[in-house]
Amino acid sequence: MGEQSPASAGYQQPPPRMGFFTDTSVCIGCKACEVACKEWNQVPDDGLNLLGMSFDNTGGLSANTWRHVAFIEQPRNGDTGSGMRWLMSSDVCKHCTRAACLDVCPTGALFRTEFGTVVVQEDICNGCGYCIPACPYGVIDQRRGDGRAWKCTLCYDRLKADLTPACAKACPTASIQYGPLEELRERAQARLEQLHEAGETSARLYGHDPDDGVGGAGAFFLLLDEPEVYGLPPDPVVTTRDLPAMWRRAGLAALTMAAAAVVAFLGRRP
Amino acid sequence: MNASGTGDQGRGTRGTRRETQDQGTRPDRRGEGTRRERRDAAVVPEAEFRSYYGRPIIKAPVWRYDIPAYLFTGGLAAGSALVAAGGDLTGRPALRRAGRLTTLAALSASTYFLINDLGRPERFHHMLRVAKPTSPMSVGSWILAAFGATAGPAAVSELAPLLPRRGPLGLVRRLAPSAGRVAGIGAAMIAPALATYTGVLLADTAVPSWHEAYPELPFIFAGSALASAAGAGLIAAPVEQTSPLRRLALAGAAIELAGAHSVETRLGLLSEPYTTGRAGRLLRAGRTLTALGVAGALLGRRSRVVSALSGAALLTASALTRFGIFAGGVRSAEDPKYTVGPQRNRLTGRENGRERR
Ligand code: SF4
Repeated sequence: MGEQSPASAGYQQPPPRMGFFTDTSVCIGCKACEVACKEWNQVPDDGLNLLGMSFDNTGGLSANTWRHVAFIEQPRNGDTGSGMRWLMSSDVCKHCTRAACLDVCPTGALFRTEFGTVVVQEDICNGCGYCIPACPYGVIDQRRGDGRAWKCTLCYDRLKADLTPACAKACPTASIQYGPLEELRERAQARLEQLHEAGETSARLYGHDPDDGVGGAGAFFLLLDEPEVYGLPPDPVVTTRDLPAMWRRAGLAALTMAAAAVVAFLGRRP
Repeated sequence: MNASGTGDQGRGTRGTRRETQDQGTRPDRRGEGTRRERRDAAVVPEAEFRSYYGRPIIKAPVWRYDIPAYLFTGGLAAGSALVAAGGDLTGRPALRRAGRLTTLAALSASTYFLINDLGRPERFHHMLRVAKPTSPMSVGSWILAAFGATAGPAAVSELAPLLPRRGPLGLVRRLAPSAGRVAGIGAAMIAPALATYTGVLLADTAVPSWHEAYPELPFIFAGSALASAAGAGLIAAPVEQTSPLRRLALAGAAIELAGAHSVETRLGLLSEPYTTGRAGRLLRAGRTLTALGVAGALLGRRSRVVSALSGAALLTASALTRFGIFAGGVRSAEDPKYTVGPQRNRLTGRENGRERR
């Protein structure tokens, strides 16, 4: 399967596609991933903020936040315990199979690595900003004062040295699991069934399906509520899916424009 | 009213569920202390939608005013190249000259805006490192480069009369008009691509109101480009030569207004950002000025003053339209309801379809 996938990007005999499976049902909200990511990748701080969003004072993924832990407090329906439930989830770049950021990048700064991940080359990026509104998940962002676009690299440097990405390494509960994508998908399916059997019917996988709008995510999730509750789009689609139709419309508009000019000038002379 | 927003510490649950009326109390994007203007009532009735503390799902473009300004100047350059070629081929020298010089000026402004908007302006040449058909910005960079390589020489050929009549420079002087004509025709052939690719540039993003407007955006921009170029010509050329411009203004305005009307009515919830708030005001003002400009262009054909005023109205209208379309998209990116709503509907539709089968 890896061979035909756009994620293999023409590499000769690439290593298996690597990814993340984030099982949010065991996340304890410790933010070790956020910290480990910042430290390893030397990502600058994004200020000391108090956002009033439960324990989330980060807000979301950005140029300076490549792992973000979301905190949601919900009333638990029909439950006898505390009456509340916590949802915690560590978000990250999805390393899409069909990545809009990479498709629209005009300089070739964004590229597909041999591991099937999506990485920005900081020596090429000229800060045009096109990838930012192209990403259907709102992941990649421009770093103020620097001007270039930044996001999770899935620790490309560590992968090359056969090391586990910093966030997965630091996660104390194995909520963040790293490995070959195929294997992770099987593991996720087993975990889903286990949770369903245990009566946790709200459990669902997100981004695991190779037939979804982005061709499946390289970093996918097990969630306990609708994606939008976590700030994730419920049905993301890579924008370039419609690009052929867009070019056709532009072609038609261009012909119309040329025709209008010809007609205007061929009209009767005054 | 549902307690939500900054004063709601520790009660995130309620904040994740949100109705439309509730949006007035939502804190704005992080870092900006102000609240977004929400005077406009929702036009389309919406289902309740859920979000993460009302935060946007996608990132709004980081592009500054440079990009809508470029949309305007790029369109003006393209339209003026058509005017110049038309004037050249139909024996209207004033139109040729005005068209070529407007093209050069607008092209220079475009280049400035595009480079100025880069996070790393000194790396602008990385745009021509690769040619990527999946990136409208890459395609556009090449279109702009090719356009510059033809429109530039066409404009420079206008300087030929300044050369001496004799000697080697005299030869250049004599050859310049034909060289200018060849270059000018080349520019005119590239011009429609330059004016319309920008529609794809905006549409090929996750910005909901831009993406879904992809059938219309290139038409709006093509029409707007023609109308603005006609406007520039009406200001610069004597009335005896401007009859094609009046027809061009009419055609451009018709194409632009039809496209804008469609975008404002066809997209359901995603039309809303174009009809309300800042974008709505810009587009309405643009439409009014377009109508005035066309009326003036058609009725004031004997008056240089009325023609010039109409031209100014058309130019302003084109700029307003570009800023309006830009603002509408940004607005649709900033509010998660525009991202979540249509995607939810799509999912529900798919599920219902599956059940029926
Ligand atoms: S999630 Fe966004 S930034 Fe990450 S690969 Fe996909 S499109 Fe690119």
